[in-house]
Amino acid sequence: MAGTLRRRNRNPLAAEDRLAGYLFIAPAMIILGLFVFYPIARVIWLSFHEWSVITPEKPFVGLDNYRNLLKERDFQIALRNTMWLSLGVVPTQTLIALVLAVIANQKIRGRGFFRTAFYFPSISSTVVISVIFLWLYQQNGLINFFLRKLGLPTPTPPWMSNPKGIFAMGFDAIGIHHVNPWLAGPSVALLSIMMMIIWTSVGGTMVIFLAGLQGLPSDVYEAAALDGATARQMFWQITMPMLRPIIFFVVTLGLIGTFQVFDQIFVMSQGGPAKTTLTLGYLVYQEGFTNFSMGYASAIAMTLFSIILCIYFVQQRFLRPR
Amino acid sequence: MSSTMLNTKPLPTLKESKPRSTAGTAIVVLAYVVLVIVALVMFVPFLFSVSTSLKTPPEATKLTLSNMFWPDNPTLDAYRIAFESNIQRWFLNSVIVALIWIIGRVSFATLAGYAFARMDFPGRDFIFTMLLATMMVPGIVLIIPRFMLLQDMKLLNTYGALTVPFLVDVFGIFLMKQFFETIPIDLEEAARIDGASRYQIFRTIVLPNTVPALSALAIFSFQGSWNNFLEPVIYITGGNTNLYTLPVGLANFRSLYLTNWPVLMAIAVITTVPMAIFFLVFQRYFIQGNVASGIKG
Repeated sequence: MAGTLRRRNRNPLAAEDRLAGYLFIAPAMIILGLFVFYPIARVIWLSFHEWSVITPEKPFVGLDNYRNLLKERDFQIALRNTMWLSLGVVPTQTLIALVLAVIANQKIRGRGFFRTAFYFPSISSTVVISVIFLWLYQQNGLINFFLRKLGLPTPTPPWMSNPKGIFAMGFDAIGIHHVNPWLAGPSVALLSIMMMIIWTSVGGTMVIFLAGLQGLPSDVYEAAALDGATARQMFWQITMPMLRPIIFFVVTLGLIGTFQVFDQIFVMSQGGPAKTTLTLGYLVYQEGFTNFSMGYASAIAMTLFSIILCIYFVQQRFLRPR
Repeated sequence: MSSTMLNTKPLPTLKESKPRSTAGTAIVVLAYVVLVIVALVMFVPFLFSVSTSLKTPPEATKLTLSNMFWPDNPTLDAYRIAFESNIQRWFLNSVIVALIWIIGRVSFATLAGYAFARMDFPGRDFIFTMLLATMMVPGIVLIIPRFMLLQDMKLLNTYGALTVPFLVDVFGIFLMKQFFETIPIDLEEAARIDGASRYQIFRTIVLPNTVPALSALAIFSFQGSWNNFLEPVIYITGGNTNLYTLPVGLANFRSLYLTNWPVLMAIAVITTVPMAIFFLVFQRYFIQGNVASGIKG
């Protein structure tokens, strides 16, 4: 009784708010309910059923879709490719972005210009970027042109049509010609896509770090300087710990992004050559919308989501700000 | 959302007037070298796509140092071929879709964001946490059930498929809630003492102060819709080119004109220019939103 009274004193609109609150969120909740919450439930449901789009019947098949996943070679290939992609892109892009942010945070002129230049790719259409890079990576494209001018070797076959694993090429050089596919590493084609994704997202990540660096309280640094701390000590003892929440966020975003890469694959390679750029995101599309195995595609989607959640919780243990 | 958030802080004049040490100068020079190289790496692909779009197909594939960034014989042929396709229609579709996204997202996120920031209703924090949790769900996971739903609603191959699922986004609600929490509550309380209702307060006091945040949200929505590809490419089926947006049209062109690079680059340029203009004009908002997502997330 006393509690309600006190609340009413604090906010005389409480009674009115109860209705108004629901009214204000209603439009958003209806759309999100229909197109987010319901689909989440539906994709879980569908992953235990079979549906070929053509017929309305959707028989219950239990865990069959998931069991098939473990047997299918395509799934293993896609899982492997996606892991290489994520493992290659997320740490590299985070590190480059952090270094660039630290450099751009020096007292230099033209910081705004550099921020603009670096940021632009991350707001451009992924389809546009994919088409441009497809052109850059051609046999007679700009990248090979530069490499030749510098007297460097160019990959044969050219970048996007080269299925050779980059580690397998190393093994090959020392006389080991057949390696396990897991040890072969990402193909040159997948590496090309990875480099393009890093190119696209590094600027946006840098801007986040730069804002984080500028938001750090200067008095802490002044106090440390008075105590005789060196620049290096300040970086590792003050800057890095304070950037931890931002690193956590950037890595989480990178994970979610790299695990669902689709646009680039659709435009540039359709999973080829030799399925070396087949990602989980593209496999969901392929199984669902070209093979019409919607139930099986849903099981892949659910597995993909579970993997993201697992990685999220693992990295939360190590990276999360305490 | 103040403009000072990211602006470079004024340099302390005292420090600046001191001559730099040799080591300090070396570091600054090195910093410039790195930044200029990275800026070139970011810029060259776009420049190259513009120069290619002005070439003939034979010239495009014969790169020399002189025609790399400007053609020896510039021509608008590639643009002419591009305009013979349905690109005007795709451009119009992209604009219409963007406008609908903006109107939906701005209105619904503002309403919901205000409710989550200022109103006290049962289940508020629980609902908000649920919404935030959905940000973890990758879009690719939802394409199949959304496809089924749109099919049941008879919205496949209509503007509805390109717009209705995107009328609200959780990030927008989150952004608006954060914004409302930063503006002082005093004015609203004064109006309340004068006996104004929630609706009056919202309409006459809150909304007029919300313009900067609304602009940021509008710009984000524009970016999201202009670049959206995964869903349009799936929900517009059967070669229904009249409903293509620019990215879908470009991807489709890519499979038709496999190696006509000048034409592909011309479409890429046409797709990118509106975004580039928007970005240069409203840069501040783009960067603030990106940063807000990083710091508050």
